[in-house]
Amino acid sequence: MRARMAAAVWAGWAALTGIVTAAGAAFLALGLFAATQVAEQPVLFDAYLWRVVRFTLLQAGLSTILSILPAIVLARALTRRQRFPGRTALLRLLALPLALPALVVVLGIVQVWGQSGWANAVLKAAGFETGFNIYGLTGILIAHVFFNASLATRLLLSHLDRIPAENWRLASQLGMQPWSIFRLIEWPVLRAGLPGAASLVFLLCIASFTVVLTLGGGPKATTIEVAIYQALRFDFDPARAVLLALLQLSLCAGLIVLGGRFSGSMIATKSVYGWNIRPDVSSLWGRLADFAIIGVSALLLLLPLTAVVAGALSAPFAKLLGEPVFWRAVMTSVIIASVAAISCLVLTWCMLAGLRTLRSGQSRRVATVFTNLSMASASLILVLPPVVLGTGWFILLRPVTDVFAVAPGLVIMINTLMALPFAMRILQPAVTSASDSHERLCASLGMSGWHRFRLIDWPVLRAPLGLAFAFAMALSIGDLGAIALFGSEDFTTLPLLMFQRMGSYRMDEAAGLALLLLVFCLGLIYGAEGLARPRQVPGEAVQ
Amino acid sequence: MYRLLLSLVICLSLAPATARAADTLTVYTYESFVAEWGPGPGIKKAFEAECGCTLKWVGIQDGVAILNRLKLEGKQTRADIVLGLDTNLMTEAEATGLLTEHGSALDGVKLPISWTDKTFVPYDYAHFAIVYDRSKVTKPPASLDDLISGDSAQKLVIQDPRTSTPGLGFLLWMKSVYGDKAADAWARLKPRILTVTPGWSEAYGLFTKGEAAMVLSYTTSPAYHVIAENSDKYAAAAFSEGHYLQIEVAAAVAGSAQLELARKFLAFVTKPGFQDHIPTNNWMFPAGPTTKPLPEAFAKLVKPSKTLLFSPGEVAESRKAWIDEWLEVMSK
Repeated sequence: MRARMAAAVWAGWAALTGIVTAAGAAFLALGLFAATQVAEQPVLFDAYLWRVVRFTLLQAGLSTILSILPAIVLARALTRRQRFPGRTALLRLLALPLALPALVVVLGIVQVWGQSGWANAVLKAAGFETGFNIYGLTGILIAHVFFNASLATRLLLSHLDRIPAENWRLASQLGMQPWSIFRLIEWPVLRAGLPGAASLVFLLCIASFTVVLTLGGGPKATTIEVAIYQALRFDFDPARAVLLALLQLSLCAGLIVLGGRFSGSMIATKSVYGWNIRPDVSSLWGRLADFAIIGVSALLLLLPLTAVVAGALSAPFAKLLGEPVFWRAVMTSVIIASVAAISCLVLTWCMLAGLRTLRSGQSRRVATVFTNLSMASASLILVLPPVVLGTGWFILLRPVTDVFAVAPGLVIMINTLMALPFAMRILQPAVTSASDSHERLCASLGMSGWHRFRLIDWPVLRAPLGLAFAFAMALSIGDLGAIALFGSEDFTTLPLLMFQRMGSYRMDEAAGLALLLLVFCLGLIYGAEGLARPRQVPGEAVQ
Repeated sequence: MYRLLLSLVICLSLAPATARAADTLTVYTYESFVAEWGPGPGIKKAFEAECGCTLKWVGIQDGVAILNRLKLEGKQTRADIVLGLDTNLMTEAEATGLLTEHGSALDGVKLPISWTDKTFVPYDYAHFAIVYDRSKVTKPPASLDDLISGDSAQKLVIQDPRTSTPGLGFLLWMKSVYGDKAADAWARLKPRILTVTPGWSEAYGLFTKGEAAMVLSYTTSPAYHVIAENSDKYAAAAFSEGHYLQIEVAAAVAGSAQLELARKFLAFVTKPGFQDHIPTNNWMFPAGPTTKPLPEAFAKLVKPSKTLLFSPGEVAESRKAWIDEWLEVMSK
C-alpha cells in the first residue's frame, strides 16, 4: 500500500513537472531565440505600457466584480429551486458562452446591445430617440459578464449544492430566517468558493483580446495581451513579447498571492443533499424572487445566443453541410477537444490524487509546497498567451521535426494547459471534501488505485468530473488562439473554418457555421454532463 | 477512448508529408489564398500542367505571419516561394537575407505605379477605400476631408494599425495626405469612429451587421457583393485626395533547392494562367494580363484619381513613430 501511495505522489509531481516544463520550455526557447536576434534595445516601461497595465487591471477588476455578484445571486436562486422545467437545460447553457469563439459572442452581443441592436430598437419604439452606445468600457464589461457570470454561477453552484442535509435540519429546528441562513450556512460555503471563481474570472479577463479590441472603441482599451500579440505577431520582437508575458505573469502571480489560495476544505460533505428540507424555500415571496432572478438571467443569457441563431437564418446550410471540409472540421474538432479534455482531466487527477495522498501522509510541509505549486501553476497558465506558447514550441520543435506534422499535438497540448485552471477549480474542492470523508475508510480497507477510483471516488465525483470534462471540452472547441497558429488546409477546426469564411467576405456562411458550432457544442456539453450525471436524483436522497 | 486515440493517430499520419520530392515546389501563402474558393486550387492546376511538377501550398494566417514564419525558420525553411507579403513588408523581408532576385523581365506587369524591384514580383493590387452602406449613406464623403468633418452620427469602423494590415494601410493613407498634421486629422476623425477592431474580419462583420454605416476596406469589396450576392447595397467612396495602394508580392527563397523552378513560377505569376484566378477568387485587381476581360462589376468600381504609396523603405523607417503618434491621439 505504501508503494501505491508513493505512486500517487510520484504521478502528482510528474504532472506538475510536465505542466511547468511545457510552459517554461516555450518561454526559454523564445527567450533564447530573442537573444540571437540583433534588435535595438526595446523601451519596455514607457507611459504607453503603464496606461495599458492600468487599463488591463481596471477592466479585469470591474469585470470580475460585475460577474461574481450576479453569479452569487443566481447560484443561490438555482440552489434554492432544484426542480423546475428547464433547469438542467439552463445549467448546460451556462457552459455554452465559453465554448464559442469570442468573435461569435461579440457579434451576438452587438446584435442585442449594439447601435442597431434589438435593445436600441425597443428603446426607439418606446420613444427614446438617442439609444445607447456600447463601444468602450461598457461593451467590454457586458461581454465579459456574459462570458464569466455564467461560468462563475456554475462554479459557485457546485459549492452550494454540497451543503449537507444536517445543516438544513439544524436550520429548520432553529427556525432560521432567510438572512441568517445566508449568513450562517450559505455564505461560509460561498466564501470558500469565491476566491477560486473570482481569480479564474479575473485571469480570463486579463487575457481577453478580441472582446477588448472589438468592443473597446479604440486603442484606449488595450490590454497587455494585445501588446504581447502585437510584439510577437506584428512587430516580431520576441524579446519584448517575452518581457511583456513575464510582466503579465508576475502581475497575476502577485494578485493570486494577495488573493490567497482558493477554496479550503471546510465543508464536511456527505453524499446526501438535503435541499428539500431547507426551511426557507416555501414562502411565496422567496419563490417569486428566485424565479424572477432565474428568469431575467436566462433572458440575458439567451438573448445573445438567440442572436447567433437569428443571424444564421439566411445561411446556406445545405451548401455548408454538403461540404466535405465541414465534416472534416467537425471530426478534427471532436478529436482535438476530446483528447485535450481527457488529458486535462488525467493531469488534474494526478495532481489532486498526489495532493490527497500527501495530505494524509506525514510531511505537511511537502504537502503545502505541492498544493501551492500546483494551484499557482494551474492559475497562471491562463495568462500565458497561446501565441507565446505556440511560438516557443515552434522554435523548439522546428529543428527536430516538421511542425505541421505535429500541429494537432501542439494544439492539444495548448488546449489542455488552457483548460487546467477550470478542471482544477471544479475538482479540487470536490476531491478534497470527498477525501476528508473517505480517506480513513480507504486506508482501513487498504483500498487504493483503480479499485478506489471505481468504488469510492467515481460515484461521488462523477458530477464534478462531468462538469470539468464539459468545460475543458468547451474551451478547446471554441479555441481560436492555438489553432490559428498551427492550422492549415489539412488541419482545420470549426472555429478556424468559420474565421476563414469571415475573412473572405462570406459572412452568411460564417454565421451559419457559428450556429452549427453552437448546436454542436451544446450537444457535446449535454453528452459529457449527461454521461456523468449522478444516478440518484436529489429528491430521492433524503431518507 | 481507444477509438479517439486511434483517430488521432490517423489524423497525425495524414498530416502533410514532410518529404520534399525532387520536383515539388513549396509555396508559403496566406490561408484565404488556398481556400477552396480562393485562387490557389486553380493556379495549382494551371502551373502543374505547365511545369510537370507538384505545387504544394502551405497556408499560413496572413502576410505578416508568413514573414514571421520565414524569420523563425531561417535558413532551414521549407519554402521555395513566399507569396502574400505586401509592399509595407518588403524592406523587412529583404533584410532577413533569405530571399533572392526573381530574374524575370516582368514586362507583362500592369500596376498603377511602375515596378522595378528585383526581388519581389507583384501579383495583385487594390486601393484602400471607405466602403459604405447605400441605404444609410445618401451623400457619401467625396474626400478624406469630407470624411473627417462629416456627420459624426454616421459611424465608421476601422482596423487597428498595430495588429492589422488594412489598419496600417489607413494610417499610411492619412499620413500621406495630412503629413505633419495627421495627428490633428485623427483627432477630428475620432468622434466618427465607432470602434477599432483587431482585424479586417471583425470590422467587416460589424459593418455588414449594420452597426456602422462605413468601414475601411478595398475599392474591390463592392464587386464581391455584386457578383457573389447579386447585391448593390454596398459601394466604395471615391476620395479626391487619392487612395492608398496595396500591392501583394511574391519572392523566391535564396536557399531553395528548386531555385530554377521557383524562378519559373515567379515568371508564371504575371501570366494569364495565374492572373485569371485573381479577380473573382481573391477579389483584387490582377497585376498582369488575363485571358478574358474583367467582369463588368469590376469596370464599375471606383477608379482612384491618384495613387498614394510610401516606399517600402519609408514605411519600415517611420512605421513605429507614426503608430505612436496615432496611439497618442486615439488614446486620449
